[in-house]
Amino acid sequence: MALDSKVPKGPIKDKWTDYKNHIDLVNPANKRNIDIIVVGTGLAGGSAAATLAELGYNVKAFAYQDSPRRAHSIAAQGGINAAKNYQGDGDSTYRLFYDTVKGGDYRSREANVYRLAEVSANIIDQCVAQGVPFARDYGGLLDNRSFGGVLVSRTFYAKGQTGQQLLLGAYSALNRQIARGKIEMFNRHEMLDVVKVDGKARGIIARNLITGEIERHSAHAVVIASGGYGNVYFLSTNAMGSNATAAWKIHKKGAYFANPCYTQIHPTCIPRSGDYQSKLTLMSESLRNDGRIWVPKNMDDVLAIREGRKKPTELSEEERDYYLERRYPAFGNLVPRDVASRAAKERCDAGYGVNATGEAVYLDFKTAINRYGKEQAKISGITNPSEAKIYELGQALIEEKYGNLFQMYEKIVDENPYKTPMMIYPATHYTMGGVWVDYNLMTTVPGLYCIGEANFSDHGANRLGASALMQGLADGYFVLPYTIGNYLSNDIRTGKISTDTTEFDEAEKEVKNKIDFFINNNGSKSVDYFHKRLGKVMWDKVGMARTEEGLKEAMSEIKAIREEFWKEVKVPGTAAEMNPELEKAGRVADFLELGELFAKDALDRNESCGGHFREESVELDGEQKGEAKRNDKDYAYVSAWEYKGEPADAVLHKEELEFKDIELKQRSYK
Amino acid sequence: MNLTLKIWRQKGPQDKGQMVDYKVTDISEHMSFLEMMDVLNEQLINSGDEPVAFDHDCREGICGMCSMYINGEAHGPDRGVTTCQLHMRMFKDGDTITIEPFRAAAFPVIKDLVVDRMAFERIQQAGGYISINTSGNTQDGNAIPISKHAADEAMDAATCIGCGACVASCKNSSAMLFVGAKVSQYALLPQGQVEAADRVKNMVAQMDLEGFGNCTNTGACEIECPKGISLENIARMNREFLKANVKG
Repeated sequence: MALDSKVPKGPIKDKWTDYKNHIDLVNPANKRNIDIIVVGTGLAGGSAAATLAELGYNVKAFAYQDSPRRAHSIAAQGGINAAKNYQGDGDSTYRLFYDTVKGGDYRSREANVYRLAEVSANIIDQCVAQGVPFARDYGGLLDNRSFGGVLVSRTFYAKGQTGQQLLLGAYSALNRQIARGKIEMFNRHEMLDVVKVDGKARGIIARNLITGEIERHSAHAVVIASGGYGNVYFLSTNAMGSNATAAWKIHKKGAYFANPCYTQIHPTCIPRSGDYQSKLTLMSESLRNDGRIWVPKNMDDVLAIREGRKKPTELSEEERDYYLERRYPAFGNLVPRDVASRAAKERCDAGYGVNATGEAVYLDFKTAINRYGKEQAKISGITNPSEAKIYELGQALIEEKYGNLFQMYEKIVDENPYKTPMMIYPATHYTMGGVWVDYNLMTTVPGLYCIGEANFSDHGANRLGASALMQGLADGYFVLPYTIGNYLSNDIRTGKISTDTTEFDEAEKEVKNKIDFFINNNGSKSVDYFHKRLGKVMWDKVGMARTEEGLKEAMSEIKAIREEFWKEVKVPGTAAEMNPELEKAGRVADFLELGELFAKDALDRNESCGGHFREESVELDGEQKGEAKRNDKDYAYVSAWEYKGEPADAVLHKEELEFKDIELKQRSYK
Repeated sequence: MNLTLKIWRQKGPQDKGQMVDYKVTDISEHMSFLEMMDVLNEQLINSGDEPVAFDHDCREGICGMCSMYINGEAHGPDRGVTTCQLHMRMFKDGDTITIEPFRAAAFPVIKDLVVDRMAFERIQQAGGYISINTSGNTQDGNAIPISKHAADEAMDAATCIGCGACVASCKNSSAMLFVGAKVSQYALLPQGQVEAADRVKNMVAQMDLEGFGNCTNTGACEIECPKGISLENIARMNREFLKANVKG
């Protein structure tokens, strides 16, 4: 099947308006006869479900947690971008569009990104009207902060809990419709397959996670909003339950999966402390504004620190290697996420990691504390302040800016980051790849939509900070409600979809068979055992730096783990009860397939772009020597993979990317 | 360190349930409490027993999914943290730790340490929102200035994660801190004024219907709340409730 992105004709700034003017609408009386299923109720799914219900459709929404308020969108800290230009610093729709395409290393679809930038301002207005308590300045107007990779201040925030507040906003809109009976909410339910009738998505099979009951649900269209697949690495900043099952099941039923190799590895996370580690915690990127990143210059000091013979504070300036400032004098500690992450890996691979696992670097606030302390002393009119006084004043200022993060660090690591430098290391954070969708956010299966992090569309090969919340809400509040109506306008005479058909019988049988297999397979190893092994292969060979040899090994190793999994996995308990191990087994089974496709995609893309770094594709000389080298001539396309049984047999379809409104440039941070 | 765990095991809602003793060894002080539970579960699976079911998700203290009543305190002995942020360094080698579900009539046990908090959902559905549709034509976000003080105070109330620790800690199983926080967030903002009276009446009515107790100002909820939601929110809710009923 040829890929058609269905991008409307015309100048980029008019596309969305023209599109909206020409789509078919469904009249309110007919909307009452149309059902829509929404799987996942985070920012994207929650906002979509609420808006579709407001429009008059009957919505069935599904979440695996006990409440939509628990979706992992809630953990986003920093903020949400919007081209409001409240600061008068030159921001505009075009500039947000430009920054997002450039930040994505020129691997996203222009028309989608422009639309995202265009609706961004509406999101803020909508959320304010819902009662989201955004930060305000003393004049009572909305406050902004700046974020990495851009030159304007366009990020709106609610303390360090912006994701929480936006999700609770969408959740309140959802609750209003649940109360009115327009949304039927299925908490503690997991979608285990999509059902197609005559080639169209017409329903899902879901498991009630409390009773274990398998249920059939029909609808005229199905929307997948189940988030990203970062947990393929086992350790990530995702929630423990975050999974790719809904996205992977629809892939197996015909939806192409795009750019799985584009993963964001965030540079400032709290390092792993041991093999028991279950997840990693992110520290906001904003810390790099004031922190300096370093490792010791001499190996003797590294060993002394690891063995506890020396403290990092005892090392003089000359004994420290501020490697980001050394390698990237222009941007220093503020290089984009992918660059900062790779540089940390390079030092740790060379043996300079500063904790017991060898995977940690320092993030040091001493310079900033001193600088702020001196400033504060001057402002307060203190002449000849003592070192201790300067430190005290500086610390107070740092505490005002990052207090909650410092406290979180201290709770986890049990060290006072005001006195001794923080230890950080990169961790998987976000997946830019996902289910392929066209301009309508429809997958390659008619009537099957995919929104939010679960789709691939807007961030290219790298996502900028504060853009995930923007995309989730844009898709759910302002894009999907239009595009899905255009499709459903052809369904007004269809009538209720029956679940009593052979298509539902077969899908349900398949789901039940798999569950029975897990329960009856008398294996010897737990689900986590396999998940951890998969994660290790992914991290070592499909992580921050990838090679042809490593990727080929990863593919065969993942296949081997998968085969062993199906022989040896052990799931206690029964199918007809709450059974968290059974839930995990199904999810890990899907990760074991997705991981292999991920490696295959990374192998195909022999260029370095954004979060995808191939050691074979680096600049060989000049100022950029050793840096990532993108190859626009051969790889300016979206890789959309068609399922053919084994992940290794997946067939590649290319969507060529055209850049009409932006000139392609190599990124430089030297 | 080596520990003895006394854990509430209950097969299902109808089962009577009982405390069961377990031993775990070689627990690192750097582990989180839930990682210690992972170690126990791995041990149980490998020995052919059923692992302990417990709710958890983000493991960074924001989703509100994890619960657990540890040594008689919701979210355990540390302050300002959820169970997932509690670390084993709070305990000593040889300790016996008692782990129970959040207990309240309105939070029935589903299995082991997992409870049903749907009562909270129904209270939110009764009025925890502002009636505004998504249109794309909402007025500009800066059209109504909101004082920084009010915005910050609304934010402090909105920071509630809906975990239910307040209910579990209260001798009356009162949900007034939870409901007060939501009522306060909207009461402090101009957007919330239009529906203020109906909101507080409907949410309080639903709260009573769910079987939560009344507030007797003990203040345990405020101390155990992982997000430091202040008792002032309960006072504000009471004022709003009175105002709504006096005005009719």
